[in-house]
Amino acid sequence: MSVRRLAPKEVQPESFVFTDENLAWAEKTIAKYPPGRQASAVIPLLMRAQEQAGGWVSEPAMRYVGDMLGMAPIRVYEIATFYTQFQLQPVGRKAHVQVCGTTPCMLMGAGELMKVCKKRINAEPFHLSADGDFSWEEVECAGTCTNAPMIQVWKDVYEDLTPEDLEKILDAFERGEKPTPGPQNGRKSCEPVTGLRVLTSPELYDGSMVGAGAGLALAREAIAARENGEAAPSAPPAAAAAAAPPPPPKGDPAPAKPPPAKAVEAAGEADSEKPKKPVAPPPGTKAD
Amino acid sequence: MAKIIVDDIELDVPPEYTLLQACEAAGAEIPRFCFHERLSIAGNCRMCLVEVKGGPPKPTASCAMNVRDLRPGPNGEPPVVLTKSPMVKKAREGVMEFLLINHPLDCPICDQGGECDLQDQAMAYGVDTSRYIENKRAVEDKYIGPLIKTSMTRCIQCTRCVRFTTEVAGVAELGAIGRGEDMEITTYLEAAMSSELQGNVADLCPVGALTQRPYAFHARPWELVKTESIDVMDAVGSNIRVDTRGREVMRVLPRLNEDVNEEWISDKTRYIWDGLKTQRLDRPYVRVGGRLKPASWPEAFAAIAAKMKGVPGNRIGGLVGDLASVEEAFALKSLLSALGSANIDCRQDGTKLDPALGRASYLFNPTIAGIEQADALLIIGADPRREASVLNARIRKRWLAGNFPIGLVGEHVDLTYPYDYLGAGADTLTDLVGDGTFATTLKNAQRPLVLIGQGALSRPDGAAVLALAARLAVSVGAVKDGWDGFGVLHTAAARVGALDVGAVPGEGGLDAVAMTNPGGVDVLFALGADEIDIAPGAFVVYLGTHGDRGAHRADVILPGAAYTEKSGTYVNTEGRAQLANRAAFPPGEAREDWAVLRALSDVLGQRLPFDNLSELRVKLYAAFPHLARLDHVEPAGQAAIVALAGLGGTPERAPFRAAVTEFYLTNPIARASAVMAECSALAHSRLAAAAE
Repeated sequence: MSVRRLAPKEVQPESFVFTDENLAWAEKTIAKYPPGRQASAVIPLLMRAQEQAGGWVSEPAMRYVGDMLGMAPIRVYEIATFYTQFQLQPVGRKAHVQVCGTTPCMLMGAGELMKVCKKRINAEPFHLSADGDFSWEEVECAGTCTNAPMIQVWKDVYEDLTPEDLEKILDAFERGEKPTPGPQNGRKSCEPVTGLRVLTSPELYDGSMVGAGAGLALAREAIAARENGEAAPSAPPAAAAAAAPPPPPKGDPAPAKPPPAKAVEAAGEADSEKPKKPVAPPPGTKAD
Repeated sequence: MAKIIVDDIELDVPPEYTLLQACEAAGAEIPRFCFHERLSIAGNCRMCLVEVKGGPPKPTASCAMNVRDLRPGPNGEPPVVLTKSPMVKKAREGVMEFLLINHPLDCPICDQGGECDLQDQAMAYGVDTSRYIENKRAVEDKYIGPLIKTSMTRCIQCTRCVRFTTEVAGVAELGAIGRGEDMEITTYLEAAMSSELQGNVADLCPVGALTQRPYAFHARPWELVKTESIDVMDAVGSNIRVDTRGREVMRVLPRLNEDVNEEWISDKTRYIWDGLKTQRLDRPYVRVGGRLKPASWPEAFAAIAAKMKGVPGNRIGGLVGDLASVEEAFALKSLLSALGSANIDCRQDGTKLDPALGRASYLFNPTIAGIEQADALLIIGADPRREASVLNARIRKRWLAGNFPIGLVGEHVDLTYPYDYLGAGADTLTDLVGDGTFATTLKNAQRPLVLIGQGALSRPDGAAVLALAARLAVSVGAVKDGWDGFGVLHTAAARVGALDVGAVPGEGGLDAVAMTNPGGVDVLFALGADEIDIAPGAFVVYLGTHGDRGAHRADVILPGAAYTEKSGTYVNTEGRAQLANRAAFPPGEAREDWAVLRALSDVLGQRLPFDNLSELRVKLYAAFPHLARLDHVEPAGQAAIVALAGLGGTPERAPFRAAVTEFYLTNPIARASAVMAECSALAHSRLAAAAE
């Protein structure tokens, strides 16, 4: 990170105003906050201003947003310079490439992606390409670490990139197209690259198991089996009793049923119990 | 009250105290950079770390944690704070090391050297070597105006300056841009600050990042002789410290006085000192053939005596200027009485205040500190921001505390806090006396405050406006048992003192306007009277300090002493008599004003009955005992205001005009100051830009 300054005067536009659509949106956004707290809307409004102005926040835009919210311009300036998500210099017309450089992406080859950017766009981040269509920067984690390495352009992320993929994406932007966002290696969202290995049973997805509680029953069986194998011979019935759902005898509170809390505790203990205390009285019996 | 143990001392403190306050109450000294009593808490310098038992198990920033947030021990023991434990020392040393990582070691060329918090605290918590081998951070210096010089590499980002300008000065101009290591303090687009209290940020800055530009590289604090004195730039009577080297005033700093200026002073107070060195009258002058010629004291006195021969007492007059001390006003009045004249006036601006109406009728009765007790405020014909900046900061402080409706009748000005604009002139006032929503607000308030400025009083119908304001104050309950909410805001430091000693026309005497009109008087003694035009005809003896308006009109100039060059009593707008001390000597042949008047009286054959200042003061205190009670506000009683309310008079319809239009140029010293001229030019260009 480096010192962030406003763009030089020559590139600053004369003025800035929201489009009618954005203005309506801004009014709605401001109205979300209680009276007297309109300044809270500064970040969304600045972001919208940035989007409207082609990806960067100009000095007139800061003043405009400040006036709109009754804030001193210095307060808006503080916010715009604090958050690196606000671009203070003009960015590429067609794409501003944000290459994630945080650890997972870096390990998966973000350096190579940056090399591509340096070669194709500009040797320095935040500088425009010769034709002014592109710019790039290194950003902190953009949140798709499973699909590292990745870049973000405007609001879309392009994941699982190789330098060649990036070249293709940049080519597409250069032609004025919008490449398909998402993983570029064919996988679906963040599923394992090697294919699914768990939760593969088709009945999980056809609705046949809804309400059947098969999972719960399986778990109980597993617990009971472990209890059988590990606890004293007297344990199984108790453990089973404890683990079993409390019998639902409506209107018959008399039977010595364990209080639910105890039952859960017992189940938990049974679950975590290691073969250490075979002679100890089983928790289930104690509960009674 | 909450119990707490600080370094084995158990004490009871209010639970809302911060740990830092509690530690100070226990006598422990806590180093700090960002914390300041009068600003909000930032907690970002971490220098005030203490060890706390009953709180988080880590060093705690004592400025930002309340006593009430601490837990008692398992058996109900009070929480324990350690300020001298090894953990605390290590933690603070760590903080200091981090602060020094990016702080340049340029103390030898830094103006803060010798009075630098970082320097001082590095002596206690610094280490003698640095483990840091990387490059230090360098920050571009910013332009933030002609008064404050910046060396931003030295900044430790305590943000005191940001908080001061936003909270106390009320102009959100300074800000911290960027983040982390790259955080920088600047104004928006490096524009000059517009506050009239901005000089205080140099005092607040714990390092040498913000220093006083006019004082840059002039002196070292240990070379300076410090004299405690009183400011005369406005009627607040701010307590100041005048630092001199030899005969020269090098700078003016504020002095703490909770009742008057807290610890702030206005820029005019602070940066006036270069005006004390230029345009000075350092020898007498006599007008010969239309031109002022240098003369000796005897020649000047002889010229006056010759002119005075045969002039009857009622053709002699005296004007007391806005910077005159009580002693001089008293001496001039004594001299004029001895000469048989009742023509004396201290009200150059023509204000209709009159001591005959009672002392309460011209004082700021609620007192400046009392503003904080008020719960509603009506400002009439005043612009406190420019007429009394420090007092305005007090009003803003009260406003920040909440539930403080403010109404204004007069010019629509930016006071740094919002107010209800009620109207421009006396009509609105008349309406308010009758009814009106703001009158209801005032009536509902427990302690309403009615502040009336010179803009409403220094006009022909001023007396009627004053009576009307008093009537309003009485009708809304501003004047009652235990609360006196009727306050007159003065603009001239000398005014209240001169009114106290009765420097107003006596029986059949002429007032300032009558004296200065053509044919008013034959001989006029102008004691530093620069704010009034004297018509041709009168023989003007000007006793003052600067070659300003008064001196240009004078026929004889007698050089006097400026406020830093004499011991004098000044009574501020609330009626607090304070003693200004001599920090330097008058230049050349100039003498203290009372001594000049005493010498002149001898030549005129009416020797004044005192040979030194002490004798003068004995006479003064005998006549006006309240002036002897220095630093004390003598309550003026409420009868005068009630009586005033009973007076009639119909005010005119004309809107009230501000009394101070040129904040930076209100007196001869300010007009001689290059710094003030620059500030004034800047203010003008800002106005012009705003008008576009």
